[in-house]
Amino acid sequence: MKYIQFLLIGIFFGIVMTKSEVISWFRIQEMFRFQSFHMYGVIGTAWFVGVIFIQLIKRKNLKTYQGDSIAFKNKDFSISRYLFGGIVFGLGWALSGVCPGPMYTLVGNGFTVFIVVILSALLGTYVYGLLKNKLPH
Amino acid sequence: MYVHQLYKMNNMIEFLSQPWPWYVSGPLISLVMFLLLRFGGNFGVSSTLRSMCSMVGAGKHCEFFDFNWKSQRWNLIFALGAVVGGFIASTVLKSTEPMILSQNTIEDLSRLGIYFSGEFVPKELFSWSSILTVKGFLVLVVGGFLVGFGTRWAGGCTSGHAISGLSDFQLPSLIAVIGFFIGGLVMTFLIFPYIF
Repeated sequence: MKYIQFLLIGIFFGIVMTKSEVISWFRIQEMFRFQSFHMYGVIGTAWFVGVIFIQLIKRKNLKTYQGDSIAFKNKDFSISRYLFGGIVFGLGWALSGVCPGPMYTLVGNGFTVFIVVILSALLGTYVYGLLKNKLPH
Repeated sequence: MYVHQLYKMNNMIEFLSQPWPWYVSGPLISLVMFLLLRFGGNFGVSSTLRSMCSMVGAGKHCEFFDFNWKSQRWNLIFALGAVVGGFIASTVLKSTEPMILSQNTIEDLSRLGIYFSGEFVPKELFSWSSILTVKGFLVLVVGGFLVGFGTRWAGGCTSGHAISGLSDFQLPSLIAVIGFFIGGLVMTFLIFPYIF
């Protein structure tokens, strides 16, 4: 199978998210209430080690395993798009307790009702696509 | 010899079944980002939502979804893996102890009528029978809708902005993450008291 490596990385990701409990609605509440360091520790160390990985790729000019170069595109600058979009996502993150990764992993954990959350997120993405030209970017 | 190896493997599974601390999990998440980049992908889970819209034909009447979703197939397979990973972690690597949550959070939430039982999510809100209740509809349907709408508007979620973007020192990602927190704090402190 052509995509087996992505399946395996995804499985690893799902295990890490479950065992670190970042898929928990309660952990997200704990984070937004500043009552535990756990989520900040996870995101903070992911960022810190991520900086090292990206610098490694850039400085050593690492290529993909297929031999292509790895390009980092600078994101187009805007305030409204990232701020307003970010706020809308943040409202949903605190309410449903999930960002897109955990939605999938919770279904695997047996919380099948998150299929409803995924379908609603698909609807949200679709409605964004319809309204895109009317929103500030 | 065989029994000895089996015993060692059991110990290993037991070791991995405990909750993983943040200083282990965070670096492993950035390893996921690194591996995806090395295999020609990138770390951004919310993009899979756009791909799935396109996959079911949304591109026919909406330009935003009119792109070659097949070029994103790797990311959909990655998301499928995240489902399987959740299954493995909750069966083979299932923790024997309940989750430990901050006592302050437990008290704050119980004042809102949400009780912590040691599970990942409050079962009274996240169950099939709660969809038709006002609170259940809000957390499942409205919450999910806001996540889908907001991540696409912001051009990324926690993986794409907070981890990939910030690791590459992208200023737009910092603005997005500030937005995530404004939204999350408004929901938690200003809106929750009206909902729950």
